[in-house]
Amino acid sequence: MTIRVQAEDFDVGAEYTAFTAGRTSIGGVTLFVGLVRDIAGGEAVSAMTLEHYPGMTERQLEAIEAEARRRWPLDDVLVIHRYGRLEPGDQIVLVATASAHRDAAFDSCRFLIDWLKTKAPFWKLEATPDGERWVEAKDSDDAAAARWAE
Amino acid sequence: MKILYFAWLRSKIGVPTETVDLPAEVTTVGALVDWLKTRSPRHAEALANSKVVKVAVNQEHVPYDHPLSATDEVALFPPVTGG
Repeated sequence: MTIRVQAEDFDVGAEYTAFTAGRTSIGGVTLFVGLVRDIAGGEAVSAMTLEHYPGMTERQLEAIEAEARRRWPLDDVLVIHRYGRLEPGDQIVLVATASAHRDAAFDSCRFLIDWLKTKAPFWKLEATPDGERWVEAKDSDDAAAARWAE
Repeated sequence: MKILYFAWLRSKIGVPTETVDLPAEVTTVGALVDWLKTRSPRHAEALANSKVVKVAVNQEHVPYDHPLSATDEVALFPPVTGG
């Protein structure tokens, strides 16, 4: 497992290559990449600044990753989440899961991003024509995470 | 006790962190939030709606009835919006 919280961008192709290198037990990999949109709530977004809680962020991501491994037979998990100033089109987050079979890879990837959105301590500040505004948590994100309740 | 603030709670209160001496009767997270409101009008305004004030103790999410000890690292923040 690998958890990385970083300001720098990442190369999805290079990450995928490293993730699967030398592993012949993997039958499928699911990759999720989250991007910065140029519009939110009907308003143009020119930039987004991601703040986080160093220490707790890594701790929470590790806990979410451990929970995914408990629920599904995974060969490996990779989570990269960026912080700092990002612009529309920039990559924010990468979640990759590898398993012998596709169901575990798909489901665990979805679980990881759904839980991450409601548990990992990140906050988005959007720059719009009307000034800066903090993004509010969505009920739909809580509902998405709640689907995974056991 | 060290208190950390994030996102709009930090900008409303005006500092990222502060160290406070808790009165003996403040023994839970909920009591701490109520006590912090009395520190300044900025605190009172930032902490007015407890539905959007989440708390972590020693970097774990906790409910308002969670007990506190003097060496805890306590963080207050809005609902998270990563991903």
